[in-house]
Amino acid sequence: MTLLSVNNLGKAYRTYRSEWQRIARWFFLPVKASEEHWVLKHISFNIQPGEAVGIVGQNGAGKSTLLKMITGTLQPTDGSVHVNGRIAAILELGMGFNAELTGRQNVYHAAGLMGFSTRQIEEAIDDIETFAEIGEYFDQPVRMYSSGMQMRVAFAVATAFRPDILIVDEALAVGDSYFQHKSFERIRAFQREGTTLLIVSHDRGSIQSLCNRAILLDGGTVIKDGPPEEVMDYYNAIIAAKENATVTVTQREDGSVQTRSGSGEASIRSVSLHNIAGEPIEYVQVGETVSLKVAVQVNNDIPELVTGYMLKDRLGQTVYGTNTHHLGCKLEQVSAGQAIEYSFRFEANLGVGSYSVAVALHTTENHIACNFEWQDLALVFNVVNVSKAEFVGLAWLPPTLEETR
Amino acid sequence: MFGMLRGLWDYRGFILSSIKNEFVARFARSKLGGLWMIIHPLTQVAIYALILSNVLGARLPGIENKYAYALYLIAGIVAWNLFSEIVSRCLTIFIDQGNLMKKMRFPRIALPVIVVGSCLLNNLLLFIAALVIFALLGHAPNMQMLWLFPLTLAVVGLALGVGLVLGVLNVFLRDIGQVVPIVLQVWFWFTPIVYSVNIVPDYLKGTLDANPMYALVSAYHNVMVYQVAPDFNRLAVTVAIAAGLMLLGLFMFRRASAEMVDSL
Repeated sequence: MTLLSVNNLGKAYRTYRSEWQRIARWFFLPVKASEEHWVLKHISFNIQPGEAVGIVGQNGAGKSTLLKMITGTLQPTDGSVHVNGRIAAILELGMGFNAELTGRQNVYHAAGLMGFSTRQIEEAIDDIETFAEIGEYFDQPVRMYSSGMQMRVAFAVATAFRPDILIVDEALAVGDSYFQHKSFERIRAFQREGTTLLIVSHDRGSIQSLCNRAILLDGGTVIKDGPPEEVMDYYNAIIAAKENATVTVTQREDGSVQTRSGSGEASIRSVSLHNIAGEPIEYVQVGETVSLKVAVQVNNDIPELVTGYMLKDRLGQTVYGTNTHHLGCKLEQVSAGQAIEYSFRFEANLGVGSYSVAVALHTTENHIACNFEWQDLALVFNVVNVSKAEFVGLAWLPPTLEETR
Repeated sequence: MFGMLRGLWDYRGFILSSIKNEFVARFARSKLGGLWMIIHPLTQVAIYALILSNVLGARLPGIENKYAYALYLIAGIVAWNLFSEIVSRCLTIFIDQGNLMKKMRFPRIALPVIVVGSCLLNNLLLFIAALVIFALLGHAPNMQMLWLFPLTLAVVGLALGVGLVLGVLNVFLRDIGQVVPIVLQVWFWFTPIVYSVNIVPDYLKGTLDANPMYALVSAYHNVMVYQVAPDFNRLAVTVAIAAGLMLLGLFMFRRASAEMVDSL
């Protein structure tokens, strides 16, 4: 039995020369839309019970439109969606919460909105209260809640009843890490009991660890559907291609702004991270040996060239930094027109998370005297833990353990 | 159509709890809470009664009670208040709940039903207050008042019909949201609520007859003030108009449902 089948699905937003023409159409008058904007076209796939499917794609690829049509809030323009079972979505938690009502009253309201009868909610309310773990606050007005508490209650309601399909937006943070773990544990438990997961994410790590299939959307169509590993590689290739085409863009996708500065006697042509086999990578395993390659173009004759880099964590704290001066490899009397490629090979003994690389070209041991080019956020990569035992922190410092009694 | 009703039935718990929550939320952090919903129309009555009855010396023929004008006003306001509240809330319901409609899947028709339920609750409170005032002014409740049940239904039908049509249109043409309050105000004065129909010049009476609210308001007057049965011929026309508008409203709602979410 197919749990979810999507057939030739398409969604167009129509604009009319006048809204009256739109209204005339409801009364079966033959009016043509002045403009049709297709955000999704020819989407077809089937999902079987128990699968865990990652939906990936860049912003604007049509992920949320697709999900809205699967949940049924948006009507397709073309094609159809068939669902054999109940869908629950953890996309917007706390929708429809009323700040003046207590947590308990809001639970009744929210679960009612999901289509449960008062009796069903009465049976589940104790579990919801226990799961949310907010104590006496459960009977206080929601306006007195911290945002984390609100999330807890909202998540507890959204997952109070095991659905046949659970749609999860991975970027959605459910409060503190304790609760995040707890909620993920619940999602995994659902999966074990047979719930199909649809996970929307940008994060390769979670797609690969949770899903057994991934669907890649780009420009409103499915361009790849298969094992997560393969699909994510393809996805990264697309992103890489797009990034190269738009070198001048300095506002990054996450909203941070990349800064370049310097006098320009020498410039950074490219910064990339490679694995031992020499393939460019964005995801690094804990402890993996990688090479940071920095290609430099010298534009003017310069007496000395030192190239340095810094690894920063997601909060911008420097984790490690060095330069060719300290490494004993500074170049002297470099003439214009030369191209230099550095390869910094190191073991990524880093904790799980996202890191950025800043690269600088300068003279002497620091960039204060003469700064040719300084580039923040020259590269962003993620460290994932695939093979090592679980640990916390920024660094991988594996101990050997001795125990005496 | 059948599916719509089933959706409503499945969501009855949600609809009831929404009506209750709205009521409860109104009392939160407000001492008089829901009473404000009664105080507002009653103040309106007091103002008209004071100014028009005392200052302008309006007298109502056909009734002995010296507070007759106040009774007349209250009866009219009970009817009008229900009508205008449903219309003006249906007008913006889809826009106000746009976010919810975009994010959650539920029978959309529940939204206007919740509006009707909550307006009926307000109207009940207002009606009870009206009965108390009637009793204080020496006008006991009578059997004719049982007509108020079908009359209330007729007002709801007409208001829901108008409200649905305008509410759906308002999603696409936002000017409607601005125009309707003005139209409602004009409509209020074109309905004999503040004045008696006897003082209307003959050449305007035809215009008055075309107003479906006229039949309803005068039926309220008949049963609450004059203690006689309503005029059925006139009511029949209004009920037919209400039914027609309801059907039109539901039809437009169904046709627009898909596009509504796109436009919100």
